[in-house]
Order: sequence, then structure tokens, then C-alpha cells
Amino acid sequence: MSLLEVRNLSVTFKTTGREVQAVKKLSFDIAESETIALVGESGAGKSATALSIMRLLPEGRAFYPSGSVRYRGQELMGISEDALREVRGNRISMIFQEPMTSLNPLHTIEKQIGETLVLHKKLSVEEVHERTAELLSLVQLQEAHTRLNAYPHQLSGGQRQRVMIAMALANEPELLIADEPTTALDVTIQAEILSLLKKLQSRFRMSLLLITHDLEVVRKMADRVAVMKSGEIVETGKIDEVFENPRHEYTKYLLSSELKEVLHEPETVGEEVIKSDNLSVAFPIYRGIFRRKRGEVRAVDRVSVTIRGGQTVGLVGESGSGKTSCGLALLRLISSTGSIKFMGEEVQGLKSSNIRPLRSQMQIIFQDPFASLNPRLTVGQIVEEGIRVHYSGESRSTRNRMIATVLNEVGLEPGYMNRYPHEFSGGERQRVCIARALILKPRFLVLDEPTSSLDMSVQTQILTLLIELQKRHNLAYLFITHDLRVVRALSHEVLVIKNGRVVEYGPVERIFKNPRHPYTKTLIKAAVDMEID
Amino acid sequence: MKQEKALLKNSQLVRRFNSFKSNKRAYISLYIFLSLFIVSLLAEVVANGKPLLIRFNAKFYFPLFKNYVETDFGGDLEFEVDYHDPYIHDHITENGWMLWPIIPYKFDTIDYALDVPAPAPPSRTHWLGTDDQGHDVLSQVIYGFRISVIFGLVLTFFSSIIGVSAGAVQGYFGGRVDLIFQRFIEMWASIPSLYLIIIITSIVRPSFGLLLIILLLFRWLSLVGVVRAEFLRVRNFEFVKAARALGVRNSVIIYRHILPNAMVATFTFLPFILNASIIALTSLDFLGLGLPPGSPSLGRLLAQGKANLQAPWLGITSFVVLSVLLSILVFIGEGVRDAFDPRRNLA
Repeated sequence: MSLLEVRNLSVTFKTTGREVQAVKKLSFDIAESETIALVGESGAGKSATALSIMRLLPEGRAFYPSGSVRYRGQELMGISEDALREVRGNRISMIFQEPMTSLNPLHTIEKQIGETLVLHKKLSVEEVHERTAELLSLVQLQEAHTRLNAYPHQLSGGQRQRVMIAMALANEPELLIADEPTTALDVTIQAEILSLLKKLQSRFRMSLLLITHDLEVVRKMADRVAVMKSGEIVETGKIDEVFENPRHEYTKYLLSSELKEVLHEPETVGEEVIKSDNLSVAFPIYRGIFRRKRGEVRAVDRVSVTIRGGQTVGLVGESGSGKTSCGLALLRLISSTGSIKFMGEEVQGLKSSNIRPLRSQMQIIFQDPFASLNPRLTVGQIVEEGIRVHYSGESRSTRNRMIATVLNEVGLEPGYMNRYPHEFSGGERQRVCIARALILKPRFLVLDEPTSSLDMSVQTQILTLLIELQKRHNLAYLFITHDLRVVRALSHEVLVIKNGRVVEYGPVERIFKNPRHPYTKTLIKAAVDMEID
Repeated sequence: MKQEKALLKNSQLVRRFNSFKSNKRAYISLYIFLSLFIVSLLAEVVANGKPLLIRFNAKFYFPLFKNYVETDFGGDLEFEVDYHDPYIHDHITENGWMLWPIIPYKFDTIDYALDVPAPAPPSRTHWLGTDDQGHDVLSQVIYGFRISVIFGLVLTFFSSIIGVSAGAVQGYFGGRVDLIFQRFIEMWASIPSLYLIIIITSIVRPSFGLLLIILLLFRWLSLVGVVRAEFLRVRNFEFVKAARALGVRNSVIIYRHILPNAMVATFTFLPFILNASIIALTSLDFLGLGLPPGSPSLGRLLAQGKANLQAPWLGITSFVVLSVLLSILVFIGEGVRDAFDPRRNLA
């Protein structure tokens, strides 16, 4: 008998005047100590499915028109909240994507892990203390004993996710639901967490329902896979069968949009567009009542890089390594020291009024296309902003023509001009961001994780667009990312940075084939094989 | 294309208005408030000590717009006509007629024809009675309501403009500017404003304008915190960074990118600020530090009620009027707040 049987599950969200069918007549089984992966792009209904197993969706907003969820033969749909609480966190546990917000910032981790123990096991204070320490060492939290009284903000992202896992495992559940457990984490930590999950699974003989959009993670972890598209499972089967021999069109499409091959053109040696020499960014630390400067944090430490026209330099590092600061400093959006030469001319130390004309030539595209577009302006107004500053003399019709041309170039209908950003999908929004930068005909673009918040297939489309544009306009790109697969597909040269310092700098093939620095080696191993020594 | 743009912009407004309308209590309150306000704006026509129209010796007279002297109506003196004077009254009605407003008393009309000593209780001539100087209470309420609301609106308008600008500058530039401004505001806020007002009004005779300025000195603080917080939040958004990367000027960024996002918080607060402004004026009037003697005022009526406890209609009337006015403003405020709450709209 299966551990969990889901039959004909439907989930509908009702908001004022609208109904959205998130999950449509879904059926699947989870066998004991099996890992099944639920794969699909955002909006496919993966999380809604997972949350409805434990009926965690908001009451009064989410409805279940049909379906049954049986756990060891016991029906969970329609039982009382009290009966359900017996199952939640006890027999079935869940870990979430964002370890930052899944922990209560006001309680120590001991208290938070202990909560489920007190609730379900009725343990005494000493027993809870002992068990918590045991759990923390089980999830391999460093110095587990001293960390018991730590608050969530004292832990790093990976450590928090370990605490979340410890909480989920506290009552030795039979089924663990992991909703994108590693998406918010750096590659090396992602690899660590995945191998930890695998280890714990075999130790406790748990079943694992893994929800992810990352096919690489699926390949690594799952026994079986279910591919979801707009609320339905389109294909399910053993992992090898589905990946080797996909039957459904959508599965094929998903697999084909994985970044495998090299997308970029062979390098052409253009003129030097931007060149930095010993670029440093320091944030001062103030202490004491008089706020006197007592030291500094070097976010970027003596980085020298040269980017030529038509060339992409990938800037790789973990979060907090100073990647974004480096990009912003090159654009002189934050203050820095060291030399920055743009088209052979020193821009460091120029007054802000003298920089303004240069702004049209160097642009930036941000990670989150939702935050980087003003929700109160139309797409036309957003794209127009640059020409209002730099070509203020142009007439209304000329401006409109320029906007239409650039929208066309990034693959958007010129008719979209009068729409607001919230009417667009993530990929389309990112195209708007590119149009905003491109309308000024820049020579140098900083791409700050431009695709990391997008679905895999959309990501590939955007990257292809960026490469096309680079070819057409001979653009110089600084591509900031933590995703080494994207770097390999896109960059000519790679700059690996750790704690603000360059650890390795060289052509992409050389670095991936023959990394010299141990840190680069770890990064590449974690990203490509999802393993960690 | 322009039209389409306007439509799109409107759609959000329309959605907010519909959301406001769906809150019955707020919508009805808005109705009541607007009708009361319109009636009070027409106070001269509704309650006046002069007739609206006089027909005398086959000629029309318009006392509302022109001051007549008694000789015009066959009197003996070159004085302004007192139309309540029985002699004049009889004289005119013998040779024509007079059209009186619904309430034939202005706030400062003294009724010398009272058959009981003032304050007179409610009767057919004075629906809500008179105060201890023989002024009609209902008339005072209508004029007092108007001056309170107008004072509140003007004070709200100016204090919002100053508050939003100060908050915007602090929030956008942050750092040292913010630090200095914040300390200044803390010091400013700790000045005991009531004593200051007492001192000023004992030196200078307060007028509508002067009171407005004095209260403005302390009232603008209320919005600074909200707007500053909103600016601090929004200035770190990537679309602001993107605008800076495009070379857009600070003033344009503040005005075009951040201000519209901060306006929601401002609008939400406006009805409550209006409320506070009305209370401020009323309490000053109650203490006798407000508008000059002889002007209609809800606060003064309240003080009358306190001084004449044997005449409960004074206290009860001013209490009911003030509590209804403040309550409907709070209800409207709640409706506006819910309608502008993005979490409700985006769902």
C-alpha cells in the first residue's frame, strides 16, 4: 500500500469576483521511503498541491471542489482541524523555500524546535533540551550545542535551512514535503543541504515529496518524477525513463530548455570598453557615541577587470561576496577607490554632472523584474525615461518611434506601450528592463543576475535575446551570477570572487576544465555534480 | 492614446472608489458629511437675520447682498435695518412682504423678543433654544460647523504639503540630512504647543489666519514619519536605482518615482488629520483662546454648555454635533484606508 494516495485533487482560489483553478483533478501516490519530485514552472500548481496535502492553504480563500488525500488509508480531506493537527508536523512534515521567513525571529532555535516536541510528544523540559541538541547534531549544524540559544538572525541561510530540517524531523515523520528547499541558497550550500536530506532520508526511511523547478536537483535526488503544467500532471514515471525518453511535449520542452550547450559567439577582440584597476569598495564601520570611524568592511577588494566590446565577463561568487557592489561601483552608482576607465577615459572622480552624459553609455539590468519597474508608470513611460534625460529635444512622435523600435527589438509588441508592469509575466518584464537600458544605445551593460528569478525556459529565451543583442550592437557585458551553468553558456571570461577578492580570472573553458584555486574547484563541483566533499 | 492612458489610470481609481463604496458605513458617512457641508456652505441662505427677499412699495430689495438703512423702508433713522424690529417688520409687511430663511437668525443675531430669560429652551421660534446672550443655537451650529470644517480642510492641506515635503527630503537623502532633521523634529515636537499658543494669543489677537499659522507650526509633524518611512523603503527599490543609472535627476526621481508610491500612505492618513485639526480648533475655542469673540464656533458653544448647566440643550447640542462630525470622519477615514490598502486590492 502506498504511504500517501492523492486522488482527483482539485484546488480553487476565490478572490473577489474571480476564481482560479490552481490544481485540476490531480492523482499521484507516494510509496514508502521513496522520493518523488514534482516539477514544473512557476504557476503550475506545485506548491498549492503540496500545501493542500496538509490543508495549509488559507481558509476561506482556497476550496477543494473534489479529491481525496489518504495517508496510510486514512482520509485527510474533510477531517477536523484537531484530527489534522495530529498528522501535521508529526507524521507529515514540511520545509519551505525561504529559511529567512520560515523561522520566527523572536524565539531561539531551541524553543522553535522544541515546540513540536512538546506538542506531539509531551516531553519534559530536560528531554526536549536533549532531543533538540541531538536533532541539531543530526542535521550537522556546526557547534550544535552552543547554537541552542541562538536566534535565527545569528545564523546563515544554510544554517537556518538546517534548523528548519531539524524542526521537520523532530517527530521522525514518515513523509517530508520539501518545497523548493534549496532555491534561495548558494550553490555550495545547496549541494550540502541536498546531500544532508538524502542521508537523513535513508536513515529514517522517510518518503520525500520534493517540489522544485530545477531539473538538475530532480536528477540528483528523485526516484520518480511528476511533471506538472497548469494544475495537471502531464507525465509521470521513473526518473531515467522520463529524462531519457520523455513522451509528453511539455516534458520535452522543459528538458530542451536546460542550459547545456554554449550559447555565446566565439570571442572577437573589440576595443576596450571598460577597464578597472584595483577597484575597491569599502563600507566604514562607526563605533562609539561620536560615531568615529573604527574600521571598514571591504566589499570589493582591489578588483582589476577589462571588458571589451562584444565580450562577456562572468562575475561569479556566493551571496555576500561583493558581486553586486563591484557592478555598481563600475557604473559609479556607489563610491569606490581605484581607477575606472571607460572608453579609455578615467571616470573615477568625475563630478556627477559630468557623469550624466556617460550614463547613457553604461546601463544595468537587475535581478528582480518586479522590483525594477515602477508599478505606477506605463511601459512606454518606463522605457521613455532615458530619452527624456538624454534626448530631451526630441519630439513626441520621434520618441514614440524610438520606443516602438526598441520594444520590437526585445521581442515585445509596440502596442504594449500603454500597459502597466503588473500586466506582464516575469520574462516580459525583464524584456522591458532590457528595452529601458537599450534605448540609449549603451556600450556597456551590467547584468545583475538577470535571469535568476525566472523559469528555466524563460531564462533560456532571455539569455538568447541578450546574446543576439550583444552580437548586433557589439555590447560589453559584465554578467553577475551565482549560477555557473549560466556562466558557462554565456561568458567568454570568468572572474571568481570571494569576500571581495578575485580568486581566479581567466577564459571560461580553462576555468571549468582546469580550475586552479580550491574555492573555484568546490564551486564547480557543487554546481555541476551537486556534490560536496 | 491619451484617452486610453487616462482610462487606464482611472481604472485603478475606479477600483478604489468601488472598494470604498462597498464599505456601506463609510459611503453613507461620506454622503452625510457632504450634504451637511454643502448645507453649511449655504449657511447665509439657510440661517440669516435678514430676509432673503423683500417686496416693498412694488419694488424688490435684496438684503443679503445690500445693506439698507431704515429710511429706505419708511423709518426715521439712518441706521442699518433690524428686520426683527417689530416697527420695521410691521411697516414692511403692510406695504408688501418679506421672504425669510428657514431659520431667521444669524449666529450673531440677538433675539430681544424672547419671552423667557436667555438661555431660552427649545421652542417653535428657536428649535434648539438660545445661548445666554440670546443667540439662536441652531444657527450657531450651522455656522460653527462650516468654520470648523473649512479650518480643518485648510490646515490639513497645508500641513500635508509641508509634512510630505519634509518627509520626502529626509527619506530620500537619508544619512546626515535625515539625522539632523529627525533631531530637530524631536526638539520641535517637545515644545509645549498649548502654552505657546496661550502666550501668543495673549499678545496678539487671534484671527482665522493667525490661528491657522500657529497650529500649522506644530501640525505638519504628523505626516513626516509616514512619508519618511515610505521614502526610505522605496528609494532602495531597483527601479529607483535603474532611474539613477539612467542619469535621472534627484528631483525627478522624488517626484515621478517615489512620491506616487508614498501618496497611498498619505491619503490614508488625511481624514484622521482632518479630524485632529477640527479637534484642535474646537479645544482652543473651548478654552477661549481660539477665534475672536463673536465668531461662531462649536468650541464656544461647548463652553456655553459648561457655563450654563441649567440649560442642557446647549451642552447636548454641541456634544451631539461634534461627536457626529468626528465619527463620520473616522468612518470615512476607515473606508479610505481600506480602499487604498494594496493588500486588499491586489488579492
